[in-house]
Amino acid sequence: MKSEMIFSGFGGQGALAIGKFIAQSAMSEGKNVSWLPSYGPEMRGGTANVSVVVSDTEIASPVVSFPHIMVALNQPSLDKFGPSVKANGLIVVNEDLCPNVVKRDGVDYVVAPLNKISKEIGDDKVLNMIAIGIIIEKTNIIKYDTLADHLTSFLKDRNAELLALNLEAIKKGMELAR
Amino acid sequence: MGNKVLMKGNEAVAEAAIRSGCRLYFAYPITPQSELIEYMAKMMPKVKGTFLQAESEVAAINMVYGAAGMGKRVMTSSSSPGISLKMEGISYLAGARLPAVIINVQRGGPGLGDIQPAQGDYFQATKGGGHGDYRLIVLAPSSVQEFADMASDSFDLADKYRVPVMILSDGLLGQMMEPVEFKEYKTDKEIEELGKQHYDWCIHTNEDGKGHHHNEINSLEIDPNVLERHVLNLEQIYKEIEKNEVKHEEYNINDNNEFVCVAFGTAARIVKSAIDDLNAEGRNIGLIRPITVWPYPYKEIAKTIHGNVKRVFVFELNLGQMVEDVKLAVNGKVPVEFMGKVGGLVFTPEEIKEKIKAYL
Repeated sequence: MKSEMIFSGFGGQGALAIGKFIAQSAMSEGKNVSWLPSYGPEMRGGTANVSVVVSDTEIASPVVSFPHIMVALNQPSLDKFGPSVKANGLIVVNEDLCPNVVKRDGVDYVVAPLNKISKEIGDDKVLNMIAIGIIIEKTNIIKYDTLADHLTSFLKDRNAELLALNLEAIKKGMELAR
Repeated sequence: MGNKVLMKGNEAVAEAAIRSGCRLYFAYPITPQSELIEYMAKMMPKVKGTFLQAESEVAAINMVYGAAGMGKRVMTSSSSPGISLKMEGISYLAGARLPAVIINVQRGGPGLGDIQPAQGDYFQATKGGGHGDYRLIVLAPSSVQEFADMASDSFDLADKYRVPVMILSDGLLGQMMEPVEFKEYKTDKEIEELGKQHYDWCIHTNEDGKGHHHNEINSLEIDPNVLERHVLNLEQIYKEIEKNEVKHEEYNINDNNEFVCVAFGTAARIVKSAIDDLNAEGRNIGLIRPITVWPYPYKEIAKTIHGNVKRVFVFELNLGQMVEDVKLAVNGKVPVEFMGKVGGLVFTPEEIKEKIKAYL
């Protein structure tokens, strides 16, 4: 099985980190992965994005044209990548920064105010983790436990408080997607 | 999956170089290879190596010349415009028969171009670039793992033949993260031994006692007869390399191929996706991926052109450079079609499928 994904938002929202955490967790679960960032001179407010492929077999092209899963953290991202998401695909939309959501038929949408929810959790920084939670609940690309273990080993000694917020954000995302 | 780590190509090749005994690295930053120089800046002090950010690319390659003259494993890296600046020094390295590793993380050109992936430096890497009759061994990776593995391969080849070796990568492979597994670190003792293999020609401290012989590192031979001998000697070495070191990958190459594609590096990854899709629809298309682009797998490509093959396709992220070598290999037996993408753009599998489908 092969899953192709694009995560996009403006710089600083953590779109590239969504890809990194998913790729790292999938790798720990024994999958082949590739993580290809856009590294051009992205405009402020534009679309810093990353293409991630997770596959049971060798990954040929790391370039994703038609993703199965897309996360749009802002409106330009939704406008740019929304139309290319495959039929039966999943689009996660940050309602707070995407005022215009025109839903396509045959595509699953989770539209949620990620900025607002992350503030309620207690830190803007965990916005991207809510999106990962949604993906975990909606797909079987990675398991919650794998990501939680990974985050724990990474953050436990450095910032235990942020670790707790991250885990809460992932769980919140999973709830939202139910 | 063992000890796989998720790393950018730029970082992975730097780590692999250190593990294979590189303790001297000189470079000047440029996108999209800057993670490589950053990684070296961070790691070299930890292994008691030398990292030096030179004042320019020209200075960096000449520092490489000096260190290589000491018989040490030394490396530099840059991206296309910076590699052009290093060309004089590369010619000198070749002329003085110095082993060194040069990494080119290619970006769009000509001129300053842009910072996106491209393969426009194929001619420069494989046909010269610097002046005079010389060759570089040029390795073209296609994944982060292969990029990393090529670090130690390059040093081994450079040491074996006393020639500079180039890894011809691109911005996509430099920036992309993939799982990579590393070889063990060479021990200090092993690194010392590696240096000693060059004692008969390199500059080193007097450890021989009385009658110590002074070696000279030079690319100037003012007597034409001496220079002729030197260049003919180089030719012999290059012939030896052509005989021994050609490497390529065959992907779905078989006796019933109707089409054969040829692509290297990043382009080959995209082509694999495209032919996977077409073969799933019942076609039979193979891919040859040169791993060494000099020496070039002419014979290996020629072998795949049998009675059933109707056409050869070449895909490159340039206006058509390697296609000339493919045509030499195919030698007019079947038509050779080319599709390129320039400006730092990368073609999609869909574009490649469309090109091939036009000839079905």
